[in-house]
Amino acid sequence: MTKTAALIILVLAFALGTSALAQTHSEAYKDNLFSTGELKPVDSVLKVKVGDRAPDFTLPSIAGQMVALGHYRGKKNVVLSFVPAAWTPVCSDQWPGYNIVKDLFDASDAILLGITVDNIPTLYAWTNQMGHLWFPVLSDFYPHGKVAEAYGVLRSDGTAERALFVIDKKGGIRWIDVHDINKRPPLESLVRELEKLK
Amino acid sequence: MKRILVLAVAAAVAAAALLSGATAAAQGVQPRPGDRLFDLTLPVPGERADRNYLGLSGWGKTFRMADIKANLVLIEILSMYCPFCQKEAPVVNRLHEAIEKDPAAGGKIKIIGVGAGNSSYEVEVFRKKYGVPFPVFPDPDYDIHKKCGEVRTPFFIAVRLNPDGTQSVTHARLGAFGEVPAFLETLKKAAGL
Repeated sequence: MTKTAALIILVLAFALGTSALAQTHSEAYKDNLFSTGELKPVDSVLKVKVGDRAPDFTLPSIAGQMVALGHYRGKKNVVLSFVPAAWTPVCSDQWPGYNIVKDLFDASDAILLGITVDNIPTLYAWTNQMGHLWFPVLSDFYPHGKVAEAYGVLRSDGTAERALFVIDKKGGIRWIDVHDINKRPPLESLVRELEKLK
Repeated sequence: MKRILVLAVAAAVAAAALLSGATAAAQGVQPRPGDRLFDLTLPVPGERADRNYLGLSGWGKTFRMADIKANLVLIEILSMYCPFCQKEAPVVNRLHEAIEKDPAAGGKIKIIGVGAGNSSYEVEVFRKKYGVPFPVFPDPDYDIHKKCGEVRTPFFIAVRLNPDGTQSVTHARLGAFGEVPAFLETLKKAAGL
């Protein structure tokens, strides 16, 4: 019976593992995206909640500056967009969407900060394929994933979750979406939260 | 007997899972010239201008390719999130304008977009941002995208609408289609214009 059970598990695992993951690839990246396959939807435990003060941080940007969350306090609402990794399918088709809706962020007096745990050269090469991004892209590479860890969105394999945090001008967290890593968050969810800041 | 039953159930579940995976992964292959188009049913657009453009009449909630009044339809598989689709949008708009101004092609060649993985909201953001004059349909669950072989974007499929109600792919291309006048001539030829 043990052999039978093992066979059943093997067959089921194979069959289920062949289910395709729906996603698009922009031709902008040619054949350079690494297919991750389907991943565990969420693999971390949040360390902050709505109403908390957002943990402060300072990270290097691909533009060569140091960007501090505290810099925006009292001036701008902030959206943090953590994406898991450069050169992967869903991540590569997330920020280019935000790139064409600057007006929606402006309307809510909000800035977007894109963050991954990749190093600066990797982020530079990757985001160059997206065209000119209007928002800062920050590297949480060293100490590895320190900011992601502070927010509780660092996965066990060292990548970040696909997570959005909306932070108001007082530094308070107003909305959190730790999304299924395999799927892109619908734009309208974020825009709905941005509109609440007006 | 119990073991046979367990095995039979497991086999059935495995077969269903395999079938589902196969459907998702290989439900369609990338269209090629000469192919018949996959079955494409779309929601009737809410905007009257879009319905008029496509020549749709009646009260149905959905329509099929054969319902479009045209000799040829150019389908663009795109995504609001795709940098190349964004870059190509003004070029496709120029093609639309050239078609409408062309005495032979105007009203005979139509363009539609399909936003792979895009919600209705995201598709409208794309249309508004780039002033897209032709209908773009959401494909939030990638159903159409899967039917056409999960192509990269943008992907262009020119489809001739045959008198017998079938549709033949005359052109399939990944990425930019190049100069508008030359591509328009290609489409006109394929449309028999």
